[in-house]
Amino acid sequence: MKLTVWTYEGPPHVGAMRVATGMKGLHYVLHAPQGDTYADLLFTMIERRDHRPPVTYTTFQARDLGADTANLFKTACQDAYDRFQPEALIVGASCTAELIQDDPGGMAETMGLPVPVIPLELPSYQRKENFGADETFFQIVKALAKPIDRSAQISCNLIGVTGLGFRHRDDIAEISGLLSDMGISVNVVAPMGSSPSDIKRLGAAHFNVLMYPETGEMAARWLERELGQPYTKIVPIGVGATRDFIAEVAQITGLDPVVDDSRLRLPWYSASVDSTYLTGKRVFIFGDGTHAMAAARIARDEMGFEVVGMGCYNREMARPMRALAKSFGLDALITDDYLEVEQQIEALAPEMILGTQMERHIGKRLGIPCAVISAPVHVQDFPARYSPQMGFEGANVIFDTWVHPLVMGLEEHLLHMFRDDFEFNDAAGASHHGGHGVADKPQSTSRAVGDSQPAAVEAGAVHAADTQTIWLIEAEKELKKIPFFVRGKARRNTETYAASRGVQEISIDTLYEAKAHYAQ
Amino acid sequence: MPDGPIQSCRDAPILKERGQREVFCGLTSIIWLHRKMQDAFFLVVGSRTCAHLLQSAAGVMIFAEPRFGTAILEETDLAGMADAQDELDREVNRLLSRRPDIKQLFLVGSCPSEVIKLDLAKAAERLTQKFAPSVRVINFSGSGIETTFTQGEDACLAAMVPVLEQTDQRELLVVGALPDVVEDQMRGLLSALGIQNVSVLPASTVNQRVCVGENTVFALTQPFLGDTHAELERRGARHLPAPFPFGAEGTTAWLRVIATEFGVDPALFEQVIAAPKARAEKAVSQAAAQLSGKTVFFFPDSQLEIPLARFLTRECGMRAIEVGAPYIHKSLVGPDLDLMEAGPILSEGQDVDLQLDRALEARADLTVCGLGLANPLEAEGLTTKWAIELVFTPVHFYEQAGDLAGLFSRPLRRRAILRREAAE
Repeated sequence: MKLTVWTYEGPPHVGAMRVATGMKGLHYVLHAPQGDTYADLLFTMIERRDHRPPVTYTTFQARDLGADTANLFKTACQDAYDRFQPEALIVGASCTAELIQDDPGGMAETMGLPVPVIPLELPSYQRKENFGADETFFQIVKALAKPIDRSAQISCNLIGVTGLGFRHRDDIAEISGLLSDMGISVNVVAPMGSSPSDIKRLGAAHFNVLMYPETGEMAARWLERELGQPYTKIVPIGVGATRDFIAEVAQITGLDPVVDDSRLRLPWYSASVDSTYLTGKRVFIFGDGTHAMAAARIARDEMGFEVVGMGCYNREMARPMRALAKSFGLDALITDDYLEVEQQIEALAPEMILGTQMERHIGKRLGIPCAVISAPVHVQDFPARYSPQMGFEGANVIFDTWVHPLVMGLEEHLLHMFRDDFEFNDAAGASHHGGHGVADKPQSTSRAVGDSQPAAVEAGAVHAADTQTIWLIEAEKELKKIPFFVRGKARRNTETYAASRGVQEISIDTLYEAKAHYAQ
Repeated sequence: MPDGPIQSCRDAPILKERGQREVFCGLTSIIWLHRKMQDAFFLVVGSRTCAHLLQSAAGVMIFAEPRFGTAILEETDLAGMADAQDELDREVNRLLSRRPDIKQLFLVGSCPSEVIKLDLAKAAERLTQKFAPSVRVINFSGSGIETTFTQGEDACLAAMVPVLEQTDQRELLVVGALPDVVEDQMRGLLSALGIQNVSVLPASTVNQRVCVGENTVFALTQPFLGDTHAELERRGARHLPAPFPFGAEGTTAWLRVIATEFGVDPALFEQVIAAPKARAEKAVSQAAAQLSGKTVFFFPDSQLEIPLARFLTRECGMRAIEVGAPYIHKSLVGPDLDLMEAGPILSEGQDVDLQLDRALEARADLTVCGLGLANPLEAEGLTTKWAIELVFTPVHFYEQAGDLAGLFSRPLRRRAILRREAAE
């Protein structure tokens, strides 16, 4: 048993829904109690879908248990087939139905439906959403894809795109364009946008582009083994990764690497003098493995940030994530515990977070700017405009997205110079963000309990985090004069410095001695 | 069946349906209950699905550590019962030591915990003994196999009734979680009527006195409190059946039942309600201009459907085509049904595909439904109102009557002002 406040991933059957909802002509019969239908709103509200997910829930209740839940499943399955006439069915159980062991797969098979019925085994008490999507798509591919003749022209499939994916919609367009420049056509995009009959013709492609390993790797491996289709290992997020991806595709296909970077702006924007202020910004990176690893490379090599911490919430990606972190001289944080991530961010006091919607909330609480780089998705992650992450346009989008939360170049200096200006001060925050500045926490002693506001600054000296050291009033005042975006770091450094020298009371001198000590 | 035409909805036949239900489970009630009870923590004992539901239903994550969480059952917990109880103790210990501000802990059962028959009553008893007197531990079930959406609040309040203090004093107990601002308005009205000894269940903290006994009368502010109603009657309290306090008419009727019970002078009653009632009528009439003569179709969601249909048909001039509710407790919503003219289909339970067929056939001017159906129906050209907003927004009593009507008129107004084809 493990206490969870917020979760990064839903249960595995939600992953199966992401596959089914992206597809056409497929229906999912889910053995589930009343209430599991909440998952529909993820698609209709977050993604603003104009159709209900193609899912029939058996909706059993307490009085059905031990009576005829099996029969209920068969009826629901038959009704779903009659009403929706799908080309194929997937059937499975949600967490509660798994416990009553009705075997939906076995039952559906005996019903003699005239379409393929694909049973799913998704262990709800061990695995999570990404696994559910990966496994579901794999089972569909395994059941339907057969060897067929390759297309005359070189073509590929785009693999791993799902409903509720982080910018999947626009990544498809960007990567299709990039491949088209090389003379490669797209055979099938799957699962999103494909039908079971499209899955049957996956084999016509010469190779697969594995866009999101989280939700497509098992299928890609199977297609490589069974249909002899190689798949790409590089995820083209960032300028360097996109160039590497083009080279990889050229190598697989024997075609010339055609690079149209005429609209790529990130490298020049990053080199232009206005971006000098980005130099060495300390960033913490957290998300799904694929996006977090891509972000680490962009942050260091293309934006000039200093990566002070990185990690991912999906254990499946722990190994490559750890290896990459090691090459940055860091230990990767692999956890799905939101509180643990919060703790680490608090301890590292980065100047910026590249994270998920969860980290955005942590950032709000700690007063650290955050840009969102990965699922779990929020309605804001489905912008109306074209906004890919992949390819050269993706790199442009990433530059804008990451710079946006920061206080910009000269503004940073002005804030410092005129910190007491009544409308242009740190409490007001960045000028392009409206008037909701983040007030500095008056005490570093402990996080506020529950939802209550942190206690107001006491009249006297303030205890430091270790409660042994205290800040003298004058030093505390001086600390307030430091711009808010580096204040946390200054406070932490000073306290560490004081502790290391056995200083009990932090004075203005201690503050500046610490500053000199840590100066680079 | 009585002879002749049916006058009100009270005796109208009810279409009972079984099938796929597009509704939340009772755990969803935690979203507002944990805000209302400020020293309570709701610990769901369940699966990742439960945690994911709470997070998704909350829509936006709450900017703070929330006072709810899920103890997620893992493979090892499913192996043996003794194990799961120990694990639960460990998580509760850890939680309470980290959150000393918690005075009431609710252990909330879920579908998986009910199916594996994890005994949370036993756990609550054991933990109460261990943490008394600083923390009170109570259990209830919010599982989808037993509860629909707002029934989670019912289960929670019903579980609190047996531990309420006993009293022989003449008391008025008002039952149902209301936003603080609304609760204050209600208390103001009752106090102006000269009614003493009013308490509210749930109270915002455990220290606030809430008593019950043979001389207690109680009024419900929410129509979904069937089990709580039964538990209170078991404690000897007497229910004051009334229309629910939505709109000017509903609020007046609700207050009048209480005033009559307490022998309030009719002149005083009229004097107290005159100004707020006039304000409510004026505010409602503004929104009603948009609603009058329009049709409405309710999908089942919160059990508020019948009182709200009464409000829309009688105060806003709408015509109801179908009023669906997850459950229809006639002893609770009877007074509202009495006021509604016969005509609409009353449906209980749901087979969502069949009901969608009816809704698409009827094409009401306004369809009230859950979040899973709203956008798909909008895409079919219908105008919808998400039902969950009716539960999350202050809508009770006089001062909110105009807001309540506004919730229904806004989607219609929006459709009217958007010129989606203007580019052509």
